[in-house]
Amino acid sequence: MKKCRHCSRRATLHVTEINDNVAVPIHLCDDCAHGYLNGSNAPEDEVPTQAAELAAKLEALVADEDEECSNCNISFSQFRDQGRLGCAACYDEFRQDLMPLLENIHEDSTHAGKRPRRNPGQSASESQLVHLRSEQRKAIDREDYESAATLRDEIARLEAELHNFPISTAEDSND
Amino acid sequence: MATEGEQSAFFPQDMAKTSGAWLSADGPESDIVFSTRIRVARNLAGFPFMSQADADTRAQLVQTLKAALTETGHNLTFINVESLDELDAQLLVERQLISRELAQAEGARGVVIGEGESISVMLNEEDHVRMQILHSGLSLEQCWDVANELDDDLEEQVSFSFDEKLGYLTACPTNVGTGIRVSVMLHLPALRITREIQKVHTAAQKINLAVRGLYGEGSQAMGDFYQISNQVTLGCSEQDLLNNLGDVVPNILGYERRVRDLLLRDNRSQLDDQVARAMGILTSARSITSEETMHLLSSVRLGVNLGMVTEVSIATVNELFIQTQRSHLQRIQGQTLESDARNEARAAWLRERLSDN
Ligand SMILES: [Zn+2]
Ligand SMILES: [Zn+2]
Repeated sequence: MKKCRHCSRRATLHVTEINDNVAVPIHLCDDCAHGYLNGSNAPEDEVPTQAAELAAKLEALVADEDEECSNCNISFSQFRDQGRLGCAACYDEFRQDLMPLLENIHEDSTHAGKRPRRNPGQSASESQLVHLRSEQRKAIDREDYESAATLRDEIARLEAELHNFPISTAEDSND
Repeated sequence: MATEGEQSAFFPQDMAKTSGAWLSADGPESDIVFSTRIRVARNLAGFPFMSQADADTRAQLVQTLKAALTETGHNLTFINVESLDELDAQLLVERQLISRELAQAEGARGVVIGEGESISVMLNEEDHVRMQILHSGLSLEQCWDVANELDDDLEEQVSFSFDEKLGYLTACPTNVGTGIRVSVMLHLPALRITREIQKVHTAAQKINLAVRGLYGEGSQAMGDFYQISNQVTLGCSEQDLLNNLGDVVPNILGYERRVRDLLLRDNRSQLDDQVARAMGILTSARSITSEETMHLLSSVRLGVNLGMVTEVSIATVNELFIQTQRSHLQRIQGQTLESDARNEARAAWLRERLSDN
């Protein structure tokens, strides 16, 4: 039995609000449901904050150890805290732990919608780009300009492959 | 498309007095359906998501996306949100062109707006790209056609992060897959008055649709507006999502209309009184809060739809829901106003708009 979030009586209305793109389940008893549906919400401090709701949902996701995404270096616990992943590769890196969450949210785990017209089988080079960019920044930070230059060329090559820089247009955006 | 030095293409004062085309109430079922909105979330391949993007990356994303959007050939204007003051960013929020999150974020970010404000593309919001198509009335298919085309056009310029199994990859797992959120904003005063609205919630919930107020969290039932949208983005096609809403919305419209008929039959004099009082206050008050305004405008909107008020159009009422908000009032007046002065400016603007029709 789900309890009403305001008064802990038996909940009869179950609503999921999407707040800031985060699904927040709300359970209310008959009386409190009336208030909710007619816009007179409980005082602000009684309503669990969005962050708290998300945290509760993510709390259920306990990774064995706190792994890090090898691409963007975000840790799984960081993801749990902020509810946002760090890069596209996170979906691969944390796949084991993410799948149950996706099932929970979407009741499905396989994309059935449109696909890019261009062949999207480039995720390896995409991940590599993220990695190279962070390496390049580190090189610049330690004033290792030679490595930075090598990395810059490598990034440019990959970018060209990925078509992310229509070079002609990037230049003439100033006119 | 406007670039770097052309921040001047954005004139908040002029914008505040005009309205997006989506408020014109010329779409299907626009007596009840305020608007249809489709939002598409995308991320550029090869860049980290926003939470891991440093200042340089953020700037590079804006540059890249601006250039790519220019290349799509759509007639779009770029607004650099990073350089806006709080009030002008708020103006864009009130017009539903950007989210509160984008307004309040830090670092390089922007929005690209199309003619009539029916297209807006947020850059560096929660995802790199958030395209939004906003139309008057119930126009799911038309909205999706525009969104789909813009998505295709942009995809010719850049590569989006996409996974064979999971679809389009988004910063938050709640958006992964299609990355689209389809929302229909409904004005349901009769269902609210008769407390039947609860059944709408229950029914919507059963088929995985969410219901919330005009400006999202904490705004349930403001002005009797209810927004219905898909919650699930993975495992169904865009067309499934459109069909899902396309099936349920007409039922809600029919329900609202039946209850309106019942109110007219059984509570006509009470309803007449409520609408006339609302009109009376809105056209004569010297000071009025935003909350009271929303509440009264809702009654007037119902009155116009039921033929009780003839001197005002639905489009005007729609516009007033937006123009009576705090940033709009201050930009219309051309000065910063404290709360009391705002309530006076709001009353003055309402008198002016409601009497020149
Ligand atoms: Zn309760
Ligand atoms: Zn990552």
